[in-house]
Amino acid sequence: MSASASSRPGSRAWLLAETPHSRTQARLGQAYVRWLHFLRNPLAMIGLAIVVALIVIAALAPYLTSHSPFAQDLGNRLQAPSAEHILGTDELGRDVYARLLHGARITLLIVGLVAIIVGPIGLLVGTVAGYLGGWFDTVLMRITDVFLAFPRLILALAFVAALGPGIQNAIIAIAITAWPPYARIARAETLTIRNSDFISAIRLQGAGPLRIILGHVVPLCLSSLIIRITLDMAGIILTAAGLGFLGLGAQPPMPEWGAMISSGRKFLIDHWWVATIPGVAICIVSLGFNLLGDGLRDVLDPKGK
Amino acid sequence: MKSYATLLAAGTVALGVSALGIQGAALAATPKDTVVIAYAIDDIISLDPGESFEFSGSEAITNMYQRLIAYDPKDVTRLYGQLAETWYVGGDGKTYTFKLRKGVKFHSGNVLTAADAAYSLQRAVILNKSPGFILTQFGFNKDNVKQRIRAVDDSTLVVETAEAVAPTFFYYCMTAVVGGVVDSKEAMKHEKAGDFGNGWLKSEASAGTGPYKLVNWKPKDSFTMIRHEDHWSGDKAKTRRVVVRHIAEPAAQRLLLEKGDIDFARNLGKDDLAAVARNKDIKIQQARKGAVLYISFSQKNPNLAKPEVREALKYLIDYDAIEKNIVQGTYVVHQNFLPQGFLGAISDRPYKLDVAKAKDLLTKAGLPNGFNVTMDTRNNSPTTEIAQAIQGTFAQAGVKLEIIPGDGRQTLTKYRARNHDIYIGRWGPDYQDPHTNAETFAMNEDNGDDAKSKTLAWRNSWNIPQMTAQIKAAVREVDPKKRVAIYEAAQREFLKTSPFAIMFQQIETVAHRANVDGFEMGPSFEDNVYYGIVKK
Amino acid sequence: MATRLVLTVLVTFLGLLLVTFFIGRVVPTDPVLAAVGDRAPAAVYERVRMELGLHLPLWQQFWIYVQKVVQGDFGTAVLTGKPVLSDIRRVFPATLELATVATLLGLIIGVPMGVFAAVHQNKWIDHVIRVLALFGHSVPVFWLGLVGLLILYAWLGVVAGPGRLDVGYFDVVDTVTGVILVDSVLAGEWEVFGNAFSHIILPAAILGYFSLAYIARMTRSFMLEQLRQEYITTARVKGMAESRVIWRHAFGNILVPLITVIALTYANLLEGSVLTETVFAWPGLGSYLTDALLAADMNAVLGATIIVGTIFIGINLLSDVLYRLVDPRAK
Repeated sequence: MSASASSRPGSRAWLLAETPHSRTQARLGQAYVRWLHFLRNPLAMIGLAIVVALIVIAALAPYLTSHSPFAQDLGNRLQAPSAEHILGTDELGRDVYARLLHGARITLLIVGLVAIIVGPIGLLVGTVAGYLGGWFDTVLMRITDVFLAFPRLILALAFVAALGPGIQNAIIAIAITAWPPYARIARAETLTIRNSDFISAIRLQGAGPLRIILGHVVPLCLSSLIIRITLDMAGIILTAAGLGFLGLGAQPPMPEWGAMISSGRKFLIDHWWVATIPGVAICIVSLGFNLLGDGLRDVLDPKGK
Repeated sequence: MKSYATLLAAGTVALGVSALGIQGAALAATPKDTVVIAYAIDDIISLDPGESFEFSGSEAITNMYQRLIAYDPKDVTRLYGQLAETWYVGGDGKTYTFKLRKGVKFHSGNVLTAADAAYSLQRAVILNKSPGFILTQFGFNKDNVKQRIRAVDDSTLVVETAEAVAPTFFYYCMTAVVGGVVDSKEAMKHEKAGDFGNGWLKSEASAGTGPYKLVNWKPKDSFTMIRHEDHWSGDKAKTRRVVVRHIAEPAAQRLLLEKGDIDFARNLGKDDLAAVARNKDIKIQQARKGAVLYISFSQKNPNLAKPEVREALKYLIDYDAIEKNIVQGTYVVHQNFLPQGFLGAISDRPYKLDVAKAKDLLTKAGLPNGFNVTMDTRNNSPTTEIAQAIQGTFAQAGVKLEIIPGDGRQTLTKYRARNHDIYIGRWGPDYQDPHTNAETFAMNEDNGDDAKSKTLAWRNSWNIPQMTAQIKAAVREVDPKKRVAIYEAAQREFLKTSPFAIMFQQIETVAHRANVDGFEMGPSFEDNVYYGIVKK
Repeated sequence: MATRLVLTVLVTFLGLLLVTFFIGRVVPTDPVLAAVGDRAPAAVYERVRMELGLHLPLWQQFWIYVQKVVQGDFGTAVLTGKPVLSDIRRVFPATLELATVATLLGLIIGVPMGVFAAVHQNKWIDHVIRVLALFGHSVPVFWLGLVGLLILYAWLGVVAGPGRLDVGYFDVVDTVTGVILVDSVLAGEWEVFGNAFSHIILPAAILGYFSLAYIARMTRSFMLEQLRQEYITTARVKGMAESRVIWRHAFGNILVPLITVIALTYANLLEGSVLTETVFAWPGLGSYLTDALLAADMNAVLGATIIVGTIFIGINLLSDVLYRLVDPRAK
């Protein structure tokens, strides 16, 4: 503990020690090796940079522009990019650059919330089904099957139609449609862990199923789940943008990128920037998440898929 | 050869090889004998004149079916006989007689008789679909209609209304699509389970006397019509085939028009129109339509129920800026419930953006800092943009407007159930008589939740016994001058006190290729006719 | 085994129906309005509500519906006034055509790309291919469609615009399969074929890019796994030509999992076409379903969902069976 924090020159050696003295040292050492491996992957680093940039931009949005994303100026609508409006103005004379920056917050909000909702649900359903097995497993997996048998976007569409359009409902709908694959992964992992010796040992010590699942099975499933969630982020962004495009996601005047494309497409021919710029933003951010996820997979899941 | 060039070019692109250097495939063009119209036609539910009540559907039907009488689109006050040669009302003010033309042939080749006319009106009354009320408001029902509407001989039709009304009111109702004359023999041949051939006429075929007959209708895709070669009048179609393609996106319509893949684009927005206006291969034509765009304030909301608030909000809309920047070429400012071109229409427009005045009024209402309110808004263009512009000007007086967007039918469901605060909507007249708009905007006979007549005034819980009585009197007024006076007074009163801010009247603007001409447009979609279209 | 499979499929189906049905019933849109239009008077509205059985309790409506479906009656679509089954028969070929051409494009380009990347692992070309493939998963199809139309149709004029055919070619060929590319060949109308092709190529290429990305990626990792195997080294040591090693031996061994991947992308494209169809005014199942959903046209929604669900389950089942048949190791 103290060694890692205090003696800087020795920390690298300590982390890379061939014979770690404690479990913590072994774990940290392993993580460090992975991090080194990750650093050597240029594409993954680009991905990481994009994601970090997204977070920074979202946090600092109001400081990066003097324009409000909502202030209308009908007399100055559909202006081409200029010094005053670096990315031009939209159909209501709002500054596209300001809207783009504030849109980053919405994007981040969507992926963040979906991940927070989906991860635990998938993990819980998967591990419980996998660990308990039998009747429980059958019912849970049948439910998963029903959801998997649906085309995802169509199911999300259906839920949004039922809940009413809006950003919260879009997030809920995406979450509802996104959890089944996680449950599947968690279940598969649990099945391999369930009968391992160390779980049997814990069971012999008298631990109940709940404690075993939460304390021992769930942590072991986490890494594959995190990879999957990172890789899914791009899909979540695209689905949210698709809903926004169909008018079912974020609603005006919210500067959600998909909705911006949707309203900008009417002016595509003469004023290409209004619809093109948010599209480029979506591309970059989803690519960032994809690159990051891809890199994480290489590092955390050496078997490769 | 053209297709091979396209094929080659497309293939090249598909393989990711640079497409540079290949000149665009020869400019596409539509065939000489065919006119192609791009139009958002996804609202069509039925092509049966006894059932259709949608804008694009009624336009299609007008080109396939004719009515007994019609009005001149250029001068709405002038009625003329379409299938009737002469007509008159008896001394009792209730018995109308129509003498039919001879030698008129249906699409099937059958000859028109008064029996067909009687059958058509009877079936519309008995089917009693959406537009049925236009006829049943004269006291017809399924039990009495066979006595009250009858063919006396082959060329004479007699119609008896329940009570005497202004004859112009009755005549204008007869000019509606629901008065379209159907080939009774053909309809009966395809009758199923007593449906008067409705299932067949709805989507399969046409059985009218109009200049075009239906080839096919693919819902949400297209409908195709072909010339009725035996058409009787001078309205015989000049172009053999008309295809109306459903293209929802204005930008796509414009692209197709510029490329010559279509001849007419019907749903171009302001910016597209401005752009195609500069193209010498494209021309633009316009006609004033009867539809008005309004926002309305539910009187169930205690803030909106205050008269000062209603007036203040009318001063918080920048009518001119919206017209100029958002709807130019598709709407013009108009603030009265009777659209220009209607009997009794006035052109007063007292309201314009005046934030100071609005603030005064809000202070008087005890809301100096404004208030929060929601508006249900269809998520289509230009409704969304207009709503956002209103949101912007409302905010200047502290009125925080939250836009609740939804699909058209979702917002309408809420509106009909009176669950809205503010609603932004469009209203198109059901027939060409002023009563249609007067009734819906200014009549509310029973403000209860289970009222029989759910007019727009009812939807906004606006309780107006006095104005209701006024409008009722107007319908019975036989003297046209007095009738006009009643409507004018009602509109001025409405302008001041109503929970409606009527903002715009629609203009239909159509862009077409310069080599195509002769599309006639009238004040209603039922007046848009294709037969005169020629292609050079 | 077989009965168990059938049972599983049946239960999944019932779940599918149940979920869609209840979603449809809580949609805050009034299905009666879809039937009678916006301007219908109150009396007509009430009557149609009764006719549609909407005054009955939910479970009763569901039971009536299931009974009818079992008898092969999907009801009438409110939106079109036609039987749902005939609607689907009309719109499905358009989607099938689009998804098939897209998958073919993805296949023809994606597989060689994947193999190439695997052979040149960690070289710059591998990175380029990887980024290209990842980009396919990152770009919003509807946006790419708009930009594609703008550049290739509006500016360069090398492809045709939205829709399946120019109007001049409407109704020239009789509908046999509904797939215009096939019908025009059957009729020997090459000009129609060319026109249809120039219409389909852009949406299919955009849709195909998505499947290309997935196919290329999977091909690459399958190939990498094979190339690591001992028999490959042996073959190389024996002096076998490198192209033969790659294509005959390594590639030959990944065919089975590859087929599964392709089947799955194909199924995914059927749904992926929803947005593409919107942008390209393509009258297929995707836009039919979306329209129906938004209008709360439940018969149409359920009918289309059952069809899509069936295809989904069917393709999954098929690739599963295929996998077992071809690969004796998978049991």
